[in-house]
Amino acid sequence: MRREPPRTLADYAPIAFPALMLVIFFVVPFSTMIAVSFFQRDPAGFYSPAFTFANYERFLSAFFGGVLGFSIMLAVMVAIVCVLVAFPFTWLLTQASRRVQIVWLVAILSVLSLSEVIIGFAWSTLFSRTAGITNLLVMAGLMAEPQALMPGFGAVLTAMVYQALPYTVLVLYPAIVRLDPTLLEAARTLGASPMRAFLNVVVPALRNTIMATLIMVFVFALGSYLLPQILGRPQHWTLSVLITDQAIYQSNMPFAAAMAVFLVLMSLALVGLTLMVGSQREERT
Amino acid sequence: MRKLLNSAVSRRAVLGAGLATAGMLAMPSILRAQDRSIKVGVYGGYFKDSFDKHVFPAFTEATGIAVESVAEPTGEAWLVQLEQAARAGQAPADLSMMSQVAMLKGQSTELWTPIDTSKLENADNLLDQFVNKYPDGRVAGIGAVAWYITLVTNTDAYPEAPESWAALWDPANADKLGLLALVSNSFLLEVTAKTHMGGTNALDTEEGQIAAFEKLAEVKPNVRLWYRDEAQFEQALKSGEIPMGQYYHDVTGLAAADGNPVRSTFPKEGGILDSGCWALSRASEKGEEAHVFIDYMSQPDIQALMSRKVGTAPTVARDLLDLSDEEFAAVSSDIDPIIPRYDLYTSKSDWLNQKWTEMIAG
Repeated sequence: MRREPPRTLADYAPIAFPALMLVIFFVVPFSTMIAVSFFQRDPAGFYSPAFTFANYERFLSAFFGGVLGFSIMLAVMVAIVCVLVAFPFTWLLTQASRRVQIVWLVAILSVLSLSEVIIGFAWSTLFSRTAGITNLLVMAGLMAEPQALMPGFGAVLTAMVYQALPYTVLVLYPAIVRLDPTLLEAARTLGASPMRAFLNVVVPALRNTIMATLIMVFVFALGSYLLPQILGRPQHWTLSVLITDQAIYQSNMPFAAAMAVFLVLMSLALVGLTLMVGSQREERT
Repeated sequence: MRKLLNSAVSRRAVLGAGLATAGMLAMPSILRAQDRSIKVGVYGGYFKDSFDKHVFPAFTEATGIAVESVAEPTGEAWLVQLEQAARAGQAPADLSMMSQVAMLKGQSTELWTPIDTSKLENADNLLDQFVNKYPDGRVAGIGAVAWYITLVTNTDAYPEAPESWAALWDPANADKLGLLALVSNSFLLEVTAKTHMGGTNALDTEEGQIAAFEKLAEVKPNVRLWYRDEAQFEQALKSGEIPMGQYYHDVTGLAAADGNPVRSTFPKEGGILDSGCWALSRASEKGEEAHVFIDYMSQPDIQALMSRKVGTAPTVARDLLDLSDEEFAAVSSDIDPIIPRYDLYTSKSDWLNQKWTEMIAG
């Protein structure tokens, strides 16, 4: 089918609806937030319309820089771990029979029905000293006495990976299913071992998919605020936790909005950077 | 500042409840059946359930005024909603139970309609500290209930009850404490000042506040959990996972009565006494009913009823109540309480919050 460039106004009509939705559900709320981030905070009451940079100034400190850095680092780690685990898993899944695939996909989809609260409390029980998994290790004679595995960075990372993994699998699955099986057959015919064929043929062929998945999981993980709070120590609290504190407990909307705008800008910049690096590499090869 | 009591709900659920409330307000038709009615906001969850069950029906029976109870969300979120609604001339609730910090913040925008105490027969019963006044003396709110935050322990892990807040600093309690995560609801600066600096007056100056922060920072190695969600700590306390911390006296008492190995102790420096006021939104047109309601709630009988059924401390003088010593001890203590420095949380709230966050997360 030949694609013709749109000529008349009517040709643009199909995008009117998505555009309208984008305006209503993204442009308007986000603009409001940007506007509020410049408003004047009244510590004894609420806020009044104004144009001040004070909220951004307050954010520009070593403390908030550290929290922002940690939030981004955590989201990046979640993205990397998720893809490292989900990619081989999804690949093996696509090799299985259709029946097995359906069972697995339904199981994975069912994890999506769990809310962040349930996931957080479930993991906090699993990681506890009194009822946690270390009790099983003690029963098996592998450990002397049960230990608490939370609060800590490992606990936060585990729960966040658990939460993001189903999304990762579901994003990778269609691309991996569609991969031309003859590529792999050719590699095997030329003498590559299954592992080598996977690493040297399958992974590079799906490079763009992997990149897109990393970005999606990164953005998804960046907004997490409940899991770091339930499973982490205060130094593991993300910027989202502090935004919630300001918005709900301190009723400091302007500062909360400024932090949120900053977080969005930083994640957009990182995503942009990743895409840019990706496209440059593409040109070279 | 009091959050939902004893309920395993997330903040999202609380906000959801707030939204659901807003939805309900759009259709107040249920109330038309009765001529006089009033919408009363109380903290959602355990609190609201107890009021719905034990207190509001008796009020309707006595006065003929129907009560529509509204679940209000935690902390200052409700204040923000009330204020924004009042600007639009709406009152999501006529009367609301408000924490002290929220009362003071609402005063700054004249959100509260002054209460005329001459219309209240029972006004004289109230203890002074529970009458919230505008700087010029007008009454902004009348004490509804009071509650204590005390030192709680798991009885399996601590066979002997601790005697002093100083236990929080004891190196023997490393990684064993659960404390509230916010400066404005934990009141730990006041605890530090009373325990180590001779009293909460030490917080008058910025030097004093910084000294309190420094002293309080020494507690950090002992803290396992800084909680926002009460259910999270309560569960850990019951199981012994986190065997010591600060928590609400009333809920701990209920948990102990259910057979859980927990106890609440009034330390020798006193428990933290916090309270909620009935406050009338300036957008409300139910001033008459509100006065009747506040008057009814200030009766010694009703205060005693709430102490027995809801587990809150009375806001009227003890000698007017028919509570036995045992019943009184269950909800209060004769030890001089730690009164939070509410003034600081309005005048220096952002500074204190910033210092606090840097202290615990830094």
